[in-house]
Amino acid sequence: MIREWICAILLVSGALFMFVAALGVVRFPDLFTRMHTATKSASFGSVLMLCAVAVYFGNAWVIFETILVIFFIFLTTPVGAHMIGRVAYLLGTPLWEGTVIDELQDRYHIRKRVLESGPHDPATQAENKSKMDTT
Amino acid sequence: MILQELTLIKGAVLSAFFILIISLFLAFSRLVRGPVLPDRIVALDLIVSLAVGLIAGYTILTEQSIFLNTAVVLALIAFLGTVAFALYLERRWL
Repeated sequence: MIREWICAILLVSGALFMFVAALGVVRFPDLFTRMHTATKSASFGSVLMLCAVAVYFGNAWVIFETILVIFFIFLTTPVGAHMIGRVAYLLGTPLWEGTVIDELQDRYHIRKRVLESGPHDPATQAENKSKMDTT
Repeated sequence: MILQELTLIKGAVLSAFFILIISLFLAFSRLVRGPVLPDRIVALDLIVSLAVGLIAGYTILTEQSIFLNTAVVLALIAFLGTVAFALYLERRWL
């Protein structure tokens, strides 16, 4: 009985986390904020629902398989999100107008693929802008 | 057949399905009208996460733990698809 209640609570809360993720993907103003909600909240919701499966069955093989899926999700979601965010930034996806700070601005040299520290370089800025215009 | 006696766990699974299907429609709307291509990739990624959740619910509803293998495969395929789309965008436009 107590196991059923735990399983039900895990299922419904995982589904609610995923609903929050979908709502954020629809409502947020910017690609990067959308990506933040879609990766973190959705992976946590699916992990909660898989935990519900492990609690419901409770045998060793199912628990092992659930841990495997959770491991895959927590291993692959950050890598995929990092790749999408990186390529979206390099393609010049517009940021939200309320963005406070953009630390990579004019510091990534697209053709040389070098990230420079230090003050902003106007030459790099001009070259990046001409590169963006051609795409 | 499944719904003949509505126990607690079946009610929980069905309400979770209801929430997840609404979420699928929301994610699909972002997939359709996303302004740039990375938006669509993010929406596809979210749809696959929702599908993993649906598979977990279905596993409990039918009490067949063999369906959990589908979740393993789907999580791996989603990662491969995301990486392939990102690499495609990078090679194509940069």
